[in-house]
Amino acid sequence: MWAPIMTEPVIAIRQLQGYYGESHVLHGVDLDVAAGEVITIIGRNGAGKTTTLRAIMGILENRQGSIRIQGRETIADPSERIARLGIGYVPEERGIYSSLDVMENLMLPPRLGPGGMSLDDIWQLFPNLLERRRSQGTRLSGGEQQMLAFARVLRTGANIFLLDEPTEGLAPVIVQQIGKAVEAMKAKGHTMILVEQNFRFAARLADRHYVMENGRVIDVIAKADVPSSLDKIKSYLGV
Amino acid sequence: MPIQALLGQLLVGLINGSFYAMMSIGLAIIFGLLGITNIAQGAFYMMGAFFSWLLLREAGIGYFYALVLSPLIVGLIGAAIERTLLRRVYKLPHEYGLLLTFGILTFTQGLFIYIFQTAGRPYPVPTELAGGFNLGFMFLPKYRAWVVIASLTTCFLVWYALEKTSLGRTLRAATENPTLTRAFGINVPALMTLGFGAGVALAGAAGVLAAPIYTVSPIMGADLIIVVFAIIVIGGMGSIMGAIVTSVSLGLLEGLAKVYYPQGSNMVVFVIMIAVLLLRPAGLFGREK
Repeated sequence: MWAPIMTEPVIAIRQLQGYYGESHVLHGVDLDVAAGEVITIIGRNGAGKTTTLRAIMGILENRQGSIRIQGRETIADPSERIARLGIGYVPEERGIYSSLDVMENLMLPPRLGPGGMSLDDIWQLFPNLLERRRSQGTRLSGGEQQMLAFARVLRTGANIFLLDEPTEGLAPVIVQQIGKAVEAMKAKGHTMILVEQNFRFAARLADRHYVMENGRVIDVIAKADVPSSLDKIKSYLGV
Repeated sequence: MPIQALLGQLLVGLINGSFYAMMSIGLAIIFGLLGITNIAQGAFYMMGAFFSWLLLREAGIGYFYALVLSPLIVGLIGAAIERTLLRRVYKLPHEYGLLLTFGILTFTQGLFIYIFQTAGRPYPVPTELAGGFNLGFMFLPKYRAWVVIASLTTCFLVWYALEKTSLGRTLRAATENPTLTRAFGINVPALMTLGFGAGVALAGAAGVLAAPIYTVSPIMGADLIIVVFAIIVIGGMGSIMGAIVTSVSLGLLEGLAKVYYPQGSNMVVFVIMIAVLLLRPAGLFGREK
Protein backbone atom coordinates (compact mmCIF):
# COMPACT_ATOMS: atom_id res chain seq x y z
CA MET A 1 0.00 0.00 0.00
CA TRP A 2 1.30 3.40 -0.88
CA ALA A 3 1.77 5.76 2.01
CA PRO A 4 3.15 9.26 2.14
CA ILE A 5 6.59 9.56 3.66
CA MET A 6 5.88 10.47 7.23
CA THR A 7 7.96 11.20 10.24
CA GLU A 8 7.37 8.80 13.09
CA PRO A 9 4.33 9.71 15.20
CA VAL A 10 5.07 11.67 18.37
CA ILE A 11 3.23 9.00 20.32
CA ALA A 12 2.86 5.48 18.95
CA ILE A 13 1.09 2.91 21.09
CA ARG A 14 0.97 -0.76 20.12
CA GLN A 15 -0.81 -3.61 21.84
CA LEU A 16 -0.90 -1.83 25.18
CA GLN A 17 -2.02 -4.03 28.06
CA GLY A 18 -2.72 -2.53 31.46
CA TYR A 19 -3.54 -3.99 34.86
CA TYR A 20 -4.84 -2.65 38.16
CA GLY A 21 -3.82 -5.31 40.62
CA GLU A 22 -5.44 -8.52 39.42
CA SER A 23 -7.81 -6.92 36.96
CA HIS A 24 -6.84 -6.58 33.32
CA VAL A 25 -8.14 -3.18 32.16
CA LEU A 26 -6.42 -2.38 28.85
CA HIS A 27 -6.64 -5.09 26.20
CA GLY A 28 -4.27 -4.17 23.39
CA VAL A 29 -4.72 -0.46 22.73
CA ASP A 30 -3.28 0.87 19.44
CA LEU A 31 -3.05 4.62 19.01
CA ASP A 32 -0.96 7.13 17.02
CA VAL A 33 -0.62 10.85 17.40
CA ALA A 34 1.32 12.87 14.83
CA ALA A 35 3.22 16.03 15.67
CA GLY A 36 0.89 18.96 16.21
CA GLU A 37 -2.17 16.76 16.11
CA VAL A 38 -4.98 16.89 18.65
CA ILE A 39 -6.78 13.62 19.25
CA THR A 40 -9.46 12.74 21.73
CA ILE A 41 -10.23 9.51 23.45
CA ILE A 42 -13.96 9.16 23.93
CA GLY A 43 -16.14 6.42 25.29
CA ARG A 44 -18.28 5.44 28.23
CA ASN A 45 -17.16 5.53 31.83
CA GLY A 46 -14.81 2.67 32.58
CA ALA A 47 -13.80 2.23 28.94
CA GLY A 48 -10.11 2.75 29.81
CA LYS A 49 -9.59 6.37 28.69
CA THR A 50 -8.01 7.70 31.89
CA THR A 51 -6.11 4.45 32.31
CA THR A 52 -4.60 4.88 28.84
CA LEU A 53 -3.31 8.34 29.81
CA ARG A 54 -1.97 6.97 33.09
CA ALA A 55 -0.23 4.18 31.20
CA ILE A 56 1.42 6.64 28.79
CA MET A 57 2.54 8.72 31.77
CA GLY A 58 3.98 5.69 33.56
CA ILE A 59 1.64 6.20 36.50
CA LEU A 60 0.07 2.85 35.71
CA GLU A 61 3.20 0.81 36.32
CA ASN A 62 1.78 -2.57 35.44
CA ARG A 63 1.68 -2.27 31.66
CA GLN A 64 2.95 -4.21 28.66
CA GLY A 65 3.19 -3.68 24.92
CA SER A 66 4.87 -0.69 23.37
CA ILE A 67 4.61 3.05 23.94
CA ARG A 68 7.03 5.02 21.82
CA ILE A 69 7.29 8.73 22.54
CA GLN A 70 9.29 10.74 20.04
CA GLY A 71 10.82 7.54 18.83
CA ARG A 72 11.82 6.26 22.23
CA GLU A 73 10.40 3.15 23.90
CA THR A 74 9.03 4.09 27.34
CA ILE A 75 7.08 1.03 28.38
CA ALA A 76 9.57 0.21 31.15
CA ASP A 77 10.51 3.77 32.10
CA PRO A 78 9.59 5.40 35.41
CA SER A 79 7.16 8.29 35.35
CA GLU A 80 9.73 11.02 35.92
CA ARG A 81 11.80 9.94 32.93
CA ILE A 82 8.73 9.86 30.67
CA ALA A 83 7.72 13.36 31.75
CA ARG A 84 11.21 14.60 30.89
CA LEU A 85 10.53 13.79 27.22
CA GLY A 86 8.42 16.95 27.27
CA ILE A 87 5.01 15.84 28.44
CA GLY A 88 2.61 18.02 30.39
CA TYR A 89 -0.05 16.07 32.28
CA VAL A 90 -3.31 17.54 33.54
CA PRO A 91 -4.93 14.78 35.62
CA GLU A 92 -8.65 14.22 35.96
CA GLU A 93 -8.63 15.16 39.65
CA ARG A 94 -6.52 18.27 38.75
CA GLY A 95 -3.90 17.37 41.34
CA ILE A 96 -3.58 20.74 43.04
CA TYR A 97 -1.38 20.44 46.14
CA SER A 98 -2.98 21.66 49.36
CA SER A 99 0.38 22.04 51.10
CA LEU A 100 1.50 24.49 48.40
CA ASP A 101 0.08 27.91 47.60
CA VAL A 102 -0.96 28.85 44.06
CA MET A 103 2.45 30.30 43.16
CA GLU A 104 4.24 27.23 44.55
CA ASN A 105 1.91 24.92 42.65
CA LEU A 106 2.68 26.87 39.51
CA MET A 107 6.45 26.82 39.98
CA LEU A 108 6.68 23.17 41.05
CA PRO A 109 7.14 21.32 37.72
CA PRO A 110 10.68 21.66 36.37
CA ARG A 111 11.40 23.03 32.89
CA LEU A 112 11.14 20.29 30.30
CA GLY A 113 12.05 22.24 27.20
CA PRO A 114 12.33 25.67 25.62
CA GLY A 115 9.35 27.87 24.81
CA GLY A 116 7.35 27.55 27.99
CA MET A 117 4.92 30.35 28.80
CA SER A 118 6.21 33.21 30.91
CA LEU A 119 4.40 34.18 34.09
CA ASP A 120 3.11 37.30 32.34
CA ASP A 121 1.55 35.20 29.59
CA ILE A 122 -0.02 32.95 32.19
CA TRP A 123 -1.52 35.87 34.14
CA GLN A 124 -2.91 37.20 30.88
CA LEU A 125 -4.50 33.87 30.03
CA PHE A 126 -5.80 33.26 33.57
CA PRO A 127 -6.12 36.60 35.40
CA ASN A 128 -7.84 34.93 38.38
CA LEU A 129 -4.66 33.11 39.26
CA LEU A 130 -2.68 36.32 39.63
CA GLU A 131 -5.15 37.64 42.18
CA ARG A 132 -5.09 34.42 44.12
CA ARG A 133 -1.41 33.56 43.86
CA ARG A 134 -0.89 33.52 47.65
CA SER A 135 -3.93 31.35 48.38
CA GLN A 136 -3.56 27.75 49.43
CA GLY A 137 -3.92 25.63 46.27
CA THR A 138 -7.03 23.77 47.29
CA ARG A 139 -8.86 26.92 48.44
CA LEU A 140 -9.45 27.77 44.79
CA SER A 141 -12.77 27.06 43.09
CA GLY A 142 -12.98 24.06 40.77
CA GLY A 143 -12.56 26.27 37.72
CA GLU A 144 -9.57 28.09 39.17
CA GLN A 145 -7.98 24.77 40.10
CA GLN A 146 -8.35 23.63 36.50
CA MET A 147 -6.77 26.87 35.26
CA LEU A 148 -3.91 26.31 37.68
CA ALA A 149 -3.50 22.71 36.49
CA PHE A 150 -3.20 24.03 32.91
CA ALA A 151 -0.98 26.97 33.80
CA ARG A 152 1.34 24.67 35.70
CA VAL A 153 2.17 22.56 32.64
CA LEU A 154 2.15 25.45 30.16
CA ARG A 155 5.07 27.01 32.02
CA THR A 156 7.31 23.97 31.58
CA GLY A 157 7.92 24.11 27.85
CA ALA A 158 6.31 20.72 27.34
CA ASN A 159 5.16 20.14 23.75
CA ILE A 160 2.99 17.08 24.31
CA PHE A 161 -0.04 17.41 26.55
CA LEU A 162 -2.26 14.78 28.09
CA LEU A 163 -5.48 16.41 29.26
CA ASP A 164 -7.90 14.30 31.28
CA GLU A 165 -11.48 15.60 31.39
CA PRO A 166 -10.48 19.28 31.47
CA THR A 167 -14.07 20.54 31.39
CA GLU A 168 -15.62 18.09 33.86
CA GLY A 169 -17.83 19.81 36.40
CA LEU A 170 -17.05 23.33 35.23
CA ALA A 171 -19.42 26.23 34.53
CA PRO A 172 -19.93 27.06 30.81
CA VAL A 173 -17.97 30.32 31.06
CA ILE A 174 -14.98 28.46 32.50
CA VAL A 175 -15.31 25.76 29.84
CA GLN A 176 -14.99 28.54 27.25
CA GLN A 177 -11.85 29.83 28.91
CA ILE A 178 -10.32 26.34 29.01
CA GLY A 179 -11.34 25.91 25.36
CA LYS A 180 -9.43 29.07 24.48
CA ALA A 181 -6.37 27.77 26.27
CA VAL A 182 -6.54 24.48 24.36
CA GLU A 183 -6.97 26.36 21.06
CA ALA A 184 -3.96 28.52 21.87
CA MET A 185 -1.95 25.40 22.63
CA LYS A 186 -3.01 23.84 19.36
CA ALA A 187 -2.10 27.01 17.45
CA LYS A 188 1.38 26.76 18.95
CA GLY A 189 1.72 23.35 17.33
CA HIS A 190 1.53 21.31 20.51
CA THR A 191 0.54 17.67 20.30
CA MET A 192 -2.39 16.75 22.52
CA ILE A 193 -4.39 13.81 23.73
CA LEU A 194 -7.68 14.89 25.21
CA VAL A 195 -9.94 12.62 27.20
CA GLU A 196 -13.33 14.27 27.18
CA GLN A 197 -16.94 13.44 28.02
CA ASN A 198 -18.16 16.69 26.55
CA PHE A 199 -18.22 15.70 22.87
CA ARG A 200 -19.28 19.14 21.63
CA PHE A 201 -16.19 20.58 23.30
CA ALA A 202 -13.98 17.83 21.92
CA ALA A 203 -15.38 17.88 18.39
CA ARG A 204 -14.41 21.50 17.86
CA LEU A 205 -10.79 20.96 18.82
CA ALA A 206 -9.79 17.49 17.71
CA ASP A 207 -8.40 16.20 14.42
CA ARG A 208 -9.38 12.62 15.19
CA HIS A 209 -11.42 10.76 17.76
CA TYR A 210 -10.44 7.40 19.21
CA VAL A 211 -13.44 5.54 20.56
CA MET A 212 -12.70 3.15 23.42
CA GLU A 213 -14.80 0.37 24.89
CA ASN A 214 -13.81 -2.29 27.42
CA GLY A 215 -10.13 -1.40 27.27
CA ARG A 216 -9.88 -1.45 23.45
CA VAL A 217 -10.00 1.09 20.64
CA ILE A 218 -13.09 0.12 18.65
CA ASP A 219 -13.20 2.96 16.13
CA VAL A 220 -11.28 5.99 14.91
CA ILE A 221 -13.24 8.88 13.41
CA ALA A 222 -11.56 11.71 11.52
CA LYS A 223 -12.82 15.25 11.98
CA ALA A 224 -14.24 15.36 8.44
CA ASP A 225 -16.34 12.27 9.11
CA VAL A 226 -17.85 13.52 12.35
CA PRO A 227 -21.01 15.09 10.81
CA SER A 228 -21.91 11.85 9.00
CA SER A 229 -21.09 9.69 12.01
CA LEU A 230 -23.13 11.46 14.68
CA ASP A 231 -25.55 8.56 15.19
CA LYS A 232 -22.71 6.11 15.52
CA ILE A 233 -20.92 8.38 18.00
CA LYS A 234 -24.10 8.76 20.03
CA SER A 235 -24.45 5.03 20.30
CA TYR A 236 -20.76 4.69 21.32
CA LEU A 237 -21.22 7.22 24.08
CA GLY A 238 -24.52 5.76 25.14
CA VAL A 239 -26.36 9.08 25.00
CA MET B 1 11.15 26.59 96.35
CA PRO B 2 14.55 28.12 95.55
CA ILE B 3 14.52 29.91 92.23
CA GLN B 4 17.92 28.41 91.33
CA ALA B 5 16.50 24.90 91.41
CA LEU B 6 13.58 25.91 89.24
CA LEU B 7 15.73 27.67 86.68
CA GLY B 8 18.24 24.86 86.74
CA GLN B 9 15.59 22.29 85.94
CA LEU B 10 14.02 24.52 83.30
CA LEU B 11 17.42 24.74 81.61
CA VAL B 12 17.76 20.96 81.68
CA GLY B 13 14.24 20.79 80.28
CA LEU B 14 15.11 23.24 77.52
CA ILE B 15 18.19 21.20 76.58
CA ASN B 16 16.21 17.96 76.53
CA GLY B 17 13.49 19.72 74.54
CA SER B 18 16.10 20.79 71.98
CA PHE B 19 17.23 17.19 71.55
CA TYR B 20 13.64 16.04 71.29
CA ALA B 21 13.05 18.69 68.62
CA MET B 22 15.96 17.59 66.45
CA MET B 23 14.93 13.97 66.76
CA SER B 24 11.26 14.57 66.11
CA ILE B 25 11.60 16.80 63.03
CA GLY B 26 13.83 14.12 61.51
CA LEU B 27 11.12 11.57 62.23
CA ALA B 28 8.42 13.84 60.84
CA ILE B 29 10.29 14.36 57.56
CA ILE B 30 10.90 10.63 57.18
CA PHE B 31 7.32 9.72 58.02
CA GLY B 32 5.91 12.34 55.66
CA LEU B 33 8.05 11.39 52.69
CA LEU B 34 8.50 7.63 53.12
CA GLY B 35 5.50 6.68 55.25
CA ILE B 36 7.94 4.91 57.55
CA THR B 37 7.94 5.18 61.33
CA ASN B 38 11.67 5.08 61.87
CA ILE B 39 12.14 3.21 65.14
CA ALA B 40 15.90 3.22 64.40
CA GLN B 41 16.14 7.01 64.88
CA GLY B 42 17.71 6.45 68.34
CA ALA B 43 20.42 4.27 66.76
CA PHE B 44 21.36 7.07 64.36
CA TYR B 45 21.56 9.46 67.33
CA MET B 46 23.89 7.00 69.04
CA MET B 47 25.96 6.65 65.86
CA GLY B 48 26.32 10.42 65.62
CA ALA B 49 27.76 10.52 69.14
CA PHE B 50 29.97 7.48 68.52
CA PHE B 51 31.41 8.77 65.27
CA SER B 52 32.41 12.05 66.89
CA TRP B 53 34.06 10.08 69.72
CA LEU B 54 35.85 7.84 67.18
CA LEU B 55 36.92 10.81 65.06
CA LEU B 56 38.51 12.37 68.12
CA ARG B 57 40.15 9.21 69.42
CA GLU B 58 41.31 7.69 66.14
CA ALA B 59 42.07 10.74 64.05
CA GLY B 60 42.31 13.63 66.47
CA ILE B 61 39.46 15.38 64.66
CA GLY B 62 37.87 17.82 67.07
CA TYR B 63 34.31 18.69 68.04
CA PHE B 64 33.46 21.37 65.51
CA TYR B 65 34.63 19.27 62.55
CA ALA B 66 32.80 16.30 64.00
CA LEU B 67 29.64 18.40 64.16
CA VAL B 68 29.69 18.45 60.35
CA LEU B 69 31.41 15.14 59.54
CA SER B 70 29.56 12.88 61.91
CA PRO B 71 26.01 13.76 60.76
CA LEU B 72 27.28 13.53 57.18
CA ILE B 73 28.51 9.97 57.75
CA VAL B 74 25.25 9.09 59.52
CA GLY B 75 23.29 10.60 56.61
CA LEU B 76 25.26 8.57 54.06
CA ILE B 77 24.68 5.37 56.02
CA GLY B 78 20.99 6.29 56.14
CA ALA B 79 20.91 6.90 52.38
CA ALA B 80 22.52 3.50 51.78
CA ILE B 81 19.98 1.82 54.06
CA GLU B 82 17.12 3.55 52.26
CA ARG B 83 18.40 2.40 48.86
CA THR B 84 19.05 -1.19 49.85
CA LEU B 85 16.42 -2.00 52.49
CA LEU B 86 13.65 0.54 53.10
CA ARG B 87 12.83 0.84 49.40
CA ARG B 88 11.60 -2.74 49.47
CA VAL B 89 8.81 -2.12 51.97
CA TYR B 90 7.14 1.08 50.65
CA LYS B 91 4.39 -0.85 48.93
CA LEU B 92 3.74 -3.08 51.94
CA PRO B 93 1.59 -2.14 54.96
CA HIS B 94 3.11 0.25 57.54
CA GLU B 95 3.95 -2.53 60.01
CA TYR B 96 6.68 -3.81 57.72
CA GLY B 97 8.54 -0.51 57.84
CA LEU B 98 8.17 -0.49 61.60
CA LEU B 99 9.54 -4.02 61.89
CA LEU B 100 12.36 -3.38 59.45
CA THR B 101 13.55 -0.25 61.25
CA PHE B 102 13.19 -2.07 64.57
CA GLY B 103 15.50 -4.72 63.12
CA ILE B 104 17.95 -2.04 62.02
CA LEU B 105 17.85 -0.60 65.55
CA THR B 106 18.57 -3.88 67.32
CA PHE B 107 21.20 -4.87 64.78
CA THR B 108 23.03 -1.55 65.09
CA GLN B 109 22.83 -1.47 68.86
CA GLY B 110 24.01 -5.07 69.02
CA LEU B 111 26.90 -4.37 66.67
CA PHE B 112 28.07 -1.38 68.72
CA ILE B 113 27.73 -3.30 71.99
CA TYR B 114 29.75 -6.15 70.46
CA ILE B 115 32.55 -3.81 69.43
CA PHE B 116 32.54 -1.21 72.20
CA GLN B 117 30.71 -2.86 75.14
CA THR B 118 28.03 -0.97 77.01
CA ALA B 119 30.24 1.14 79.25
CA GLY B 120 29.83 4.86 78.70
CA ARG B 121 32.75 6.80 77.26
CA PRO B 122 33.25 10.43 78.15
CA TYR B 123 33.61 13.06 75.42
CA PRO B 124 35.31 16.25 76.52
CA VAL B 125 33.55 19.60 76.26
CA PRO B 126 35.44 21.56 73.57
CA THR B 127 37.74 24.16 75.17
CA GLU B 128 36.01 27.01 73.32
CA LEU B 129 32.78 26.12 75.08
CA ALA B 130 34.19 25.21 78.50
CA GLY B 131 33.29 27.24 81.56
CA GLY B 132 30.13 29.21 81.91
CA PHE B 133 28.36 32.43 82.74
CA ASN B 134 27.47 33.45 86.25
CA LEU B 135 24.07 35.00 85.81
CA GLY B 136 23.90 35.98 89.49
CA PHE B 137 20.88 33.80 90.23
CA MET B 138 22.38 30.72 88.56
CA PHE B 139 25.44 29.34 86.79
CA LEU B 140 24.92 28.70 83.07
CA PRO B 141 27.49 26.35 81.51
CA LYS B 142 28.52 27.69 78.11
CA TYR B 143 28.19 24.31 76.48
CA ARG B 144 24.55 23.93 77.54
CA ALA B 145 23.69 27.35 76.18
CA TRP B 146 25.41 26.35 72.95
CA VAL B 147 23.40 23.13 72.66
CA VAL B 148 20.10 25.01 72.95
CA ILE B 149 21.15 27.68 70.45
CA ALA B 150 22.67 25.20 67.98
CA SER B 151 19.74 22.80 67.97
CA LEU B 152 17.01 25.42 67.85
CA THR B 153 18.88 27.19 65.03
CA THR B 154 19.12 23.89 63.16
CA CYS B 155 15.41 23.29 63.66
CA PHE B 156 14.59 26.77 62.40
CA LEU B 157 16.80 26.26 59.34
CA VAL B 158 15.09 22.97 58.56
CA TRP B 159 11.70 24.62 58.89
CA TYR B 160 12.84 27.48 56.65
CA ALA B 161 14.27 25.12 54.04
CA LEU B 162 11.01 23.18 53.91
CA GLU B 163 8.65 26.15 53.85
CA LYS B 164 10.52 28.80 51.89
CA THR B 165 12.85 27.19 49.35
CA SER B 166 12.24 25.45 46.06
CA LEU B 167 13.70 22.20 47.41
CA GLY B 168 11.26 22.42 50.31
CA ARG B 169 8.40 23.07 47.89
CA THR B 170 9.37 19.96 45.94
CA LEU B 171 9.67 17.90 49.13
CA ARG B 172 6.25 19.02 50.33
CA ALA B 173 4.76 18.14 46.94
CA ALA B 174 6.45 14.71 46.99
CA THR B 175 5.09 14.17 50.50
CA GLU B 176 1.53 15.08 49.53
CA ASN B 177 1.25 13.35 46.16
CA PRO B 178 4.35 11.39 45.11
CA THR B 179 2.74 9.86 42.02
CA LEU B 180 1.77 13.15 40.42
CA THR B 181 5.03 14.77 41.47
CA ARG B 182 6.90 12.10 39.53
CA ALA B 183 4.65 12.70 36.55
CA PHE B 184 5.97 16.28 36.47
CA GLY B 185 9.47 14.90 35.90
CA ILE B 186 10.65 15.12 39.49
CA ASN B 187 12.79 12.23 40.71
CA VAL B 188 10.83 11.37 43.86
CA PRO B 189 12.76 8.17 44.65
CA ALA B 190 15.96 10.26 44.85
CA LEU B 191 14.16 12.76 47.10
CA MET B 192 13.19 9.89 49.39
CA THR B 193 16.82 8.85 49.70
CA LEU B 194 17.73 12.45 50.42
CA GLY B 195 14.89 12.82 52.92
CA PHE B 196 15.83 9.72 54.86
CA GLY B 197 19.51 10.69 54.83
CA ALA B 198 18.70 14.19 56.07
CA GLY B 199 16.23 12.92 58.66
CA VAL B 200 18.73 10.57 60.26
CA ALA B 201 21.55 13.10 59.89
CA LEU B 202 19.50 15.36 62.20
CA ALA B 203 19.49 12.56 64.77
CA GLY B 204 23.25 12.18 64.19
CA ALA B 205 23.77 15.89 64.81
CA ALA B 206 21.75 15.64 68.03
CA GLY B 207 24.05 12.79 69.02
CA VAL B 208 27.16 14.91 68.49
CA LEU B 209 25.64 17.73 70.56
CA ALA B 210 24.75 15.21 73.27
CA ALA B 211 28.18 13.55 73.44
CA PRO B 212 29.81 16.02 75.89
CA ILE B 213 26.70 16.10 78.12
CA TYR B 214 25.80 12.42 78.34
CA THR B 215 28.35 9.66 78.08
CA VAL B 216 28.70 8.01 74.70
CA SER B 217 27.37 4.47 74.79
CA PRO B 218 25.66 2.03 72.41
CA ILE B 219 22.39 2.25 74.32
CA MET B 220 22.27 6.04 74.75
CA GLY B 221 19.50 6.38 72.16
CA ALA B 222 17.22 3.73 73.61
CA ASP B 223 15.56 5.78 76.37
CA LEU B 224 15.49 9.00 74.40
CA ILE B 225 13.62 7.49 71.47
CA ILE B 226 10.73 6.30 73.63
CA VAL B 227 10.11 9.85 74.86
CA VAL B 228 10.52 11.21 71.32
CA PHE B 229 7.88 8.84 70.00
CA ALA B 230 5.51 9.92 72.77
CA ILE B 231 6.16 13.52 71.70
CA ILE B 232 5.44 12.66 68.08
CA VAL B 233 2.15 11.12 69.15
CA ILE B 234 1.30 14.23 71.19
CA GLY B 235 2.24 16.71 68.46
CA GLY B 236 0.97 14.68 65.53
CA MET B 237 2.96 14.07 62.38
CA GLY B 238 1.34 17.06 60.73
CA SER B 239 3.88 19.84 60.81
CA ILE B 240 7.53 20.58 61.41
CA MET B 241 6.76 23.67 63.47
CA GLY B 242 4.30 21.60 65.50
CA ALA B 243 7.01 19.04 66.22
CA ILE B 244 9.44 21.76 67.36
CA VAL B 245 6.90 23.50 69.61
CA THR B 246 5.70 20.23 71.16
CA SER B 247 9.25 19.02 71.77
CA VAL B 248 10.42 22.16 73.54
CA SER B 249 7.21 22.50 75.57
CA LEU B 250 7.38 18.93 76.78
CA GLY B 251 11.07 19.26 77.63
CA LEU B 252 10.21 22.28 79.78
CA LEU B 253 7.25 20.50 81.32
CA GLU B 254 9.49 17.60 82.28
CA GLY B 255 11.82 20.12 83.92
CA LEU B 256 8.94 21.64 85.88
CA ALA B 257 7.82 18.19 86.98
CA LYS B 258 11.31 17.49 88.31
CA VAL B 259 10.95 20.51 90.60
CA TYR B 260 7.35 20.15 91.75
CA TYR B 261 6.70 16.40 91.56
CA PRO B 262 10.02 14.62 91.00
CA GLN B 263 8.49 11.15 91.36
CA GLY B 264 6.37 11.80 88.28
CA SER B 265 8.92 13.54 86.08
CA ASN B 266 9.62 10.51 83.91
CA MET B 267 5.93 9.88 83.55
CA VAL B 268 4.60 13.30 82.66
CA VAL B 269 5.14 12.96 78.88
CA PHE B 270 3.32 9.65 78.82
CA VAL B 271 0.41 10.91 80.91
CA ILE B 272 0.00 13.75 78.43
CA MET B 273 0.29 11.29 75.57
CA ILE B 274 -2.57 9.22 76.97
CA ALA B 275 -4.70 12.32 77.46
CA VAL B 276 -4.03 13.49 73.90
CA LEU B 277 -4.79 10.06 72.49
CA LEU B 278 -8.12 10.08 74.30
CA LEU B 279 -9.13 13.63 73.38
CA ARG B 280 -7.45 14.30 70.04
CA PRO B 281 -6.12 11.09 68.50
CA ALA B 282 -4.47 12.84 65.53
CA GLY B 283 -2.26 14.86 67.91
CA LEU B 284 -2.22 18.55 68.76
CA PHE B 285 -0.91 19.67 65.37
CA GLY B 286 -1.98 16.66 63.32
CA ARG B 287 -4.75 16.55 60.79
CA GLU B 288 -7.65 14.18 61.27
CA LYS B 289 -7.85 11.72 58.44
